[in-house]
Amino acid sequence: MSHDLARAGLQLALLAVVPPLLPGIVSRVKARVAGRKGPPLLQLYSDLARLCRKGEVKSTTAGAAFHLGPVVAAAGALAAGLLVPGPGSPALLAFRGDLFLLAGLLAAGRFCTVLSALDTGSAFEGMGAAREVTFASLAEPALFLCLLTLSRATGELSLSAMLGPALGPAWALWAPALLLCAVALFVVALAENSRIPVDDPTTHLELTMIHEVMVLDHSGPDLALVLYGAAVKLYVFGALLARLLLGGGGQGLLGGSLSLLVGLALFAIAVGLVESTMARLRLARVPQLLVGAGVLSLFAFVLLVR
Amino acid sequence: MSALRLATIAETVFILVVMIDFFVLASSRLKAAIRAVAAQGALLALLPLLLAPQELHVLHVLALSLGALLVKGIAIPWMLGWAMREASVSREVEPVVGYVPSLVLGGLGVMLAFAFSATLPLPTPERHPYLVATSLSTVWTGMLLVVSRKKAVSQVLGFLVLENGVFVFGLLLSDFMPWMVEAGVLLDLFAAVFVMGIVIFHIHRTFSSMDTEKLSALRD
Repeated sequence: MSHDLARAGLQLALLAVVPPLLPGIVSRVKARVAGRKGPPLLQLYSDLARLCRKGEVKSTTAGAAFHLGPVVAAAGALAAGLLVPGPGSPALLAFRGDLFLLAGLLAAGRFCTVLSALDTGSAFEGMGAAREVTFASLAEPALFLCLLTLSRATGELSLSAMLGPALGPAWALWAPALLLCAVALFVVALAENSRIPVDDPTTHLELTMIHEVMVLDHSGPDLALVLYGAAVKLYVFGALLARLLLGGGGQGLLGGSLSLLVGLALFAIAVGLVESTMARLRLARVPQLLVGAGVLSLFAFVLLVR
Repeated sequence: MSALRLATIAETVFILVVMIDFFVLASSRLKAAIRAVAAQGALLALLPLLLAPQELHVLHVLALSLGALLVKGIAIPWMLGWAMREASVSREVEPVVGYVPSLVLGGLGVMLAFAFSATLPLPTPERHPYLVATSLSTVWTGMLLVVSRKKAVSQVLGFLVLENGVFVFGLLLSDFMPWMVEAGVLLDLFAAVFVMGIVIFHIHRTFSSMDTEKLSALRD
């Protein structure tokens, strides 16, 4: 009993505290590759604290839906984080078919972000919302096909089970398919988190922004929530990929959390390296990338089913 | 090396070949596409070695593999690169079928090939479960490329991919085929690409572009 409590506490603590570290690692890697020193690793924590102390400026046209975006996006990402197994095998929330809930929660967060962007009444934000929805509709099938492939390879329907003990035998049997799946999932993670080949999180040139343009009008605690939600989303995808590639995670609480942290750090470093070696794709080329990821996971699925 | 390890490597090679199919379907840069097709040819050269049954004569297998490497992996890509520089094209701007639709079509074709190849009646047992599926997907990709691209260099690339698929299928029968036949096929391919190089050159000189759609316009 107390062991279970300790496990739950540790999972919750990791989920709540670790995410803002990931963007820090990413920007540190980018700075190092470019030969700069870069911001401190814990920059986002102090940013969040600073934003929380500030007041808020609101557009006069904004209505009730304006606050929905940051809140639902952060809450949805946190709830999705509960479904992804952290240290120790079953996640805090696990049931058959919870992979659909994961995608649904992320989609609900995105829906409300888009809604609040439209609610500001700014034409710019509408443009960003349109782009976000277009790319999301292409990333979603790829994500589902990845999860479906995983589910087929392990014969399980719950994220905790298919990223848990069932993963080892699956790797022995279906290594190439799972590898394809991991590549596709990485591309989806880059797209969903508005990372470089799809969107540049540091750009402030309005015409090329996707995610950034939707949150331009948020300020103060709302902006803090937006940033925190984005970090949690990155954590969710990082944890999925870390679990998939490390084959189920380590033994026990300590080993489990260590392997999770190492996996997350490697994921953040990989994202940083991609960001510093690649240029942002033209908007018209993004669908090509996402459809490519979808086709890869479809191929992985076909390899399994035949 | 044990037979199991060889089968795993062969599986990886087959999957890489299909991935290169996808890459060629999606890329608009001719240089990258030519490199990819060259890599595909070089990968195919590994297959006769990996799939050779124990009792086969070494010379036959080696000749098959070396021939594929030299012709598909080195000579023809080099010629295509030359044609590309000569005609000064570097990318295909708008194909008849866009890149996303052709990726989707390619994905569908690969899916069907992998789903149904196991049910095909074959004269000999398959050496590897992915062999026929890979061959059919690659042939499908090649056909898509030949039909859906406008620039002559891309069409030749499609023809090469198609031939790569035929080569994979030929591995199924390589026990019965004397290697002279294989050599003849490779030579045919070489000659075909040679002729196409000349054709590309002429299209380029006549129309100062390599858009094959212009061929259907009547001119003196």
